[in-house]
Amino acid sequence: MDAFRAGVSWLLDGSNWSGTDGLTQQLVEQVLLTVTSLVIATLVALPVALWLGHLGRGGALAINVSNIGRAVPTFAVLVLLSVGPLGTDRLGPYGRAGLATLVSLVLFALPPIITNAYVGMREVDREIVEAARGMGMNGARLFRRVELPLALPLIMTGLRLALVQVWATATIAALVAGPGLGNTITAGFANDDSDRVIGGAIVVALIAVALEGFASVAERTLDPVRRVRRVASVRVAEPLAA
Amino acid sequence: MTLLAADGGPACYVFTINDWICGDYYRDRWRELWDASVEHLWITAAAVVLGLLLAIPVALLARRLPRFEGLVLGATTIIYTVPSLAMFSLLVPFTFLTPRTVIIGLALYSLTILVRQILAGLRSVPDEVREAAAGLGYSSLRMLARIELPLALPVIMAGLRVATVSTVALTTVGSIVGYGGLGNLLASGVDTDFKAQILAASVLCVLLAVVLDLGLLGVQRVLTPWARARSS
Repeated sequence: MDAFRAGVSWLLDGSNWSGTDGLTQQLVEQVLLTVTSLVIATLVALPVALWLGHLGRGGALAINVSNIGRAVPTFAVLVLLSVGPLGTDRLGPYGRAGLATLVSLVLFALPPIITNAYVGMREVDREIVEAARGMGMNGARLFRRVELPLALPLIMTGLRLALVQVWATATIAALVAGPGLGNTITAGFANDDSDRVIGGAIVVALIAVALEGFASVAERTLDPVRRVRRVASVRVAEPLAA
Repeated sequence: MTLLAADGGPACYVFTINDWICGDYYRDRWRELWDASVEHLWITAAAVVLGLLLAIPVALLARRLPRFEGLVLGATTIIYTVPSLAMFSLLVPFTFLTPRTVIIGLALYSLTILVRQILAGLRSVPDEVREAAAGLGYSSLRMLARIELPLALPVIMAGLRVATVSTVALTTVGSIVGYGGLGNLLASGVDTDFKAQILAASVLCVLLAVVLDLGLLGVQRVLTPWARARSS
């Protein structure tokens, strides 16, 4: 426990938060990376997944995207992109290797968003869809008034998983000398400074848990039919940890 | 080791050439790739097996005690949310720079997946089946071993496959404490801008995941012959 106490006092030392490569700058980088990549991934993946789900096509794609995302290590993708075509140049406020990190984060945010949105759309009770069609709803109206509200909980689950996944991946960017809070951890290991390692790990872990908590509250609040619903399906837990 | 290729020219992995795909590299360094793959495999296997050994009693206990179940699901969600780099770092004060750090960290992640899947698997056993077994005089232990676990097996195996594949990917991050299997080659490849090594380690990592996934699928088919008979 002494190690944790030392880590906490390292965090409470204001000088560790200031300056270039201080905690504040790394935190800003990581938050910017997380928000930007999540927005990009959502804008790319959600329309496609919802459209495919509405049509009932491309189920194999939706499942395979998830399987591939699980098997390919985030670390390997970060390394391949930064040593390869995208390089490690600074990208404005996103820091060193900003572009390679952003692209990796977007890639790893896609699978949970696509799979959950697709499955959410497909799991809408077919009888409800039939009934809505029988009432004379056209495709667009059916999508907006019936399918989307009923699929919303799983769509939100996908976004929450993507958020946590992106935060974890952004932490790993430091292993390729990229931006973000992982740098505090890697610098601690490099300098044999265990207080810094533990301090950095505490910040990363606490924010991750806070994001998860915040997202699950948002998920529950935004569910339009949560009292009516009881999902009893058997589904494999999605991996997030990166 | 030679930096000259078989035909006498410089090997394609020397810094001035640095090809992504390089036969000379595979020939000269296959031993390094092999050792890293073996380390990767045993760290993954140890983590998943440890996770499974912990998950079974936890899941069985959680099934009995609803209050414990809520606690377990909450705690594992928190564990699962912690990024692997932070997880390994937080374990270092207890386990030091040893393979144990990586194995325990990864076992905690697989535990999360496996507890949920074991619970879901056991819940998928129909009540009528359970009642019939009870009527035949099965004790609860015998019912678990002979009826419930076999019927829950497909769901549990699905969880085991997910846990294994994601553990293979996450093992790479273990390079932060020096035990990342193929991740060590990725890390040293970044430092020295060694493209052939980076690509080879990445591809081997994905291959390892695919092979283990197919292997577990095979095990599942052997263990559940009735499912095969039904589908054919």
